[in-house]
Amino acid sequence: MAEYLIKNGFVFDPVLGIRGDAADIAIKDGKIVETSAVKSPKVIDAAGKTVMAGGVDIHAHVAGPKVNIGRNFRPEDKLFNCKPGHGIERMQGGFSVPTTIRTGYDYAHMGYTTVMEAAMPPLYARHTHEEMRDTPILDQGAYPVFGNNWFVLEYLKNHEIENTAAYIAWLLRATKGYAVKVVNPGGTEAWAWGLNCENIHDPVPYFDITPAQIVKGLIEANEYLGLPHSMHVHANNLGTPGNYQTTLDTFKLSEGIKPNSKFGRDQVMHHTHVQFHSYGGEGFNFESKAPEIMDYVNTHDNITIDLGCVTLDETTTMTADGPFEHHLTELNHLKWANADVELETAAGVVPFVYSANNKANAVQWCIGLELGLLAKDFMRVFLTTDHPNAGPFIRYPRIMKWLMSQEARDQQFDAFKHKDKVIEATNLAGMDRELDLYEIAQMTRAGPAKSLGLAHMYGGLAPGLDGDVAIFDFNPNEPYAPDDIEKAFGNARHLFKSGVQVISDHEIASNGNKRTLWVNAKVNENPQVMRDVKEKFLRYYTVTLNNYEVAGHHYVPNPYVIEVDATQ
Amino acid sequence: METVTLTMKDQPGLYLEADSITPDAFAGKKAEEIVDLPVYTGREQHRLGDFFEVSGTAGATPAETKIVVNGDISRVKYIGMKMTDGEVVANGNADMYVGAWMQGGKITVNGNVDAFAGTGMKGGEIIINGNAGNYLGAAYRGDWRGMAGGKIVVKGNAGSDLGTFMTGGEIVVGGDVDVHVATHAEGGKIVIKGNAKRRLGGQMVEGEIYVFGNIDVMMPGFAYREDVDVEVDGVKGRFALYEGDLGERHRKRKGQAIYAKLYQLVGA
Ligand SMILES: [Zn+2]
Repeated sequence: MAEYLIKNGFVFDPVLGIRGDAADIAIKDGKIVETSAVKSPKVIDAAGKTVMAGGVDIHAHVAGPKVNIGRNFRPEDKLFNCKPGHGIERMQGGFSVPTTIRTGYDYAHMGYTTVMEAAMPPLYARHTHEEMRDTPILDQGAYPVFGNNWFVLEYLKNHEIENTAAYIAWLLRATKGYAVKVVNPGGTEAWAWGLNCENIHDPVPYFDITPAQIVKGLIEANEYLGLPHSMHVHANNLGTPGNYQTTLDTFKLSEGIKPNSKFGRDQVMHHTHVQFHSYGGEGFNFESKAPEIMDYVNTHDNITIDLGCVTLDETTTMTADGPFEHHLTELNHLKWANADVELETAAGVVPFVYSANNKANAVQWCIGLELGLLAKDFMRVFLTTDHPNAGPFIRYPRIMKWLMSQEARDQQFDAFKHKDKVIEATNLAGMDRELDLYEIAQMTRAGPAKSLGLAHMYGGLAPGLDGDVAIFDFNPNEPYAPDDIEKAFGNARHLFKSGVQVISDHEIASNGNKRTLWVNAKVNENPQVMRDVKEKFLRYYTVTLNNYEVAGHHYVPNPYVIEVDATQ
Repeated sequence: METVTLTMKDQPGLYLEADSITPDAFAGKKAEEIVDLPVYTGREQHRLGDFFEVSGTAGATPAETKIVVNGDISRVKYIGMKMTDGEVVANGNADMYVGAWMQGGKITVNGNVDAFAGTGMKGGEIIINGNAGNYLGAAYRGDWRGMAGGKIVVKGNAGSDLGTFMTGGEIVVGGDVDVHVATHAEGGKIVIKGNAKRRLGGQMVEGEIYVFGNIDVMMPGFAYREDVDVEVDGVKGRFALYEGDLGERHRKRKGQAIYAKLYQLVGA
């Protein structure tokens, strides 16, 4: 493989502790190496530019059946934005639910190299893997959803942690999954009865278990196995005014549990898209509770969160939170897709227009940014939009601009129709904090890599890490306008993925060699769980086990398996 | 106003996608520049001049530009798409998407148009002196934003799915219409001077439909209210007023639910 020497860039790297000093970065055999280790490298002149590790997205919906429902039922999302293929670059289309090809390219243009699919319905894991396979450049993994799964509900009702862990290990292997995801624990199953679980003690019909038992049990099972990532939760009551109390109650379920992982993470719970879970007040008078939420996050280091920033775009919402999508379609009267996934989960999809003229949407915009600006430790607070729910991922550079520039935030405030009411319901207008690129590198690279248990591969520029390096046309030492931030970080000058130059002078130069990450957890033989699996497939599933498992080259042509030994 | 005349010289093998035939694209250009505007057949890009003889000069602005299109244009799509001002006269039967997403100005078609004319139209005027195809003044596939403003007048008949998701503006059809009128509409006005078939106003929330002739089957979601005297498109008459679609949500104004209104002529 070619050797590269990226010379004289302003490096921002939390792993090496470099805060914008000029430094050289060398790549050899797919990895970062000491500069002395390259003999006749191709030299990339990065003088006057910003150099960071490849970005790591801990939570986005980019592959699988609900993404594809979004694509299928929104032909208008592709209207006037298709781009024909040329050279090695393949045809692309779509805005909020882009094609797999555009997904890979657009992330690459932002300097991202690893993206996790945040909710994989196990029954449709095959579809999810086929789409990830077709997404160029990026390393990816997918989180199967567990929070409404009948096996889990039955085991955890009796607090059977060992059985739950054995089932998780089996399902991760069967679906080639990466982590334990929980969406509206119990509430999505309750939706099958036309109900929901509105707080952590609201029992699930028939199963007679509470969301609190599900979340706590799954954290314990996750730590029993010692998985790379922690339990990853989207709590109950998403999007409801006053829900911040449920969010705090959910956070507290992590208290007293110690991480058990060889993979370097310190948290036992990752709570996603916290913006949607930080609302006070009632009805249309909802208000920001970001300070209360961040007080908790800042003082409890066994949780990590991601923001879920609203970007004020027309987008496509999609979640395994079935009752929430029904609520949304009742609110905006736009089309709605709803799916039940047998014993496992459900999903809904609804288009949504976040408008600067709508007070509630403007308040949501403030809350996402407040969470970021109130954070004390950016190794635990990550930049996301819950793509595409709060906005498309291509807006990450715009969120960086808002986090880094009070002037940019003021410009947006001036564009709000109900500016005064928005200011009254939020705290953002009074905040003058401006994040720097080191903090941005923590939120988008080193932090999520560590939380995922992948700090040994991603998120930094230390020798031994993967050769994932982004170079941006941004000189932090020269005066710049806020929009320069958005422009530079939306259009990387060069990008290396696993040592391959995938972007050269802003153009796609290679479709890369994408890998699919999955976790193979070894557990003691568990005849009961295997009997339960067999029985459930015989009695309830519409497919047999043979048609369920993700196996073979077709689905995962280039796997990267992370081995975990939980046999004791 | 300056006039540019396009005359078809070479029929495209496939359909020609010519969204550059607009006063906006032509404004400020001479004939020798206009021939270089891009058009597409299938996946290939061509020049407008590969298919059309171009004569005349455009005005400095779209408002000062008139385009006359002559010849067999039955395989030409997107004439006048997104135009904001000026005038287009198409002498012949045009293919799909005439005046789609149009914002202003005037298009006259001396012939028929195929489907999707006036899709998502926001303003301006389209006069069709023949028949219109399906989805006239409707929303793009999947979209919920149909015709929002402007006026479409059809001398002859119109096809099915007229005014789907319409939110404003006016469509007048001189002849008959096929099934599905103003489906999902939330505003706007549709006048049908001939006969209608079935499914008028299905899932319609707001807006008006006038029918001068017969309606084969009335939607069960529309209820007869009263006979009213109305003047519409220069015709005074007594109409039976129906309100619906009762199966849908309806906004309230001053405590009163607003319904879509369907008027059928019962006497002069
Ligand atoms: Zn999500």
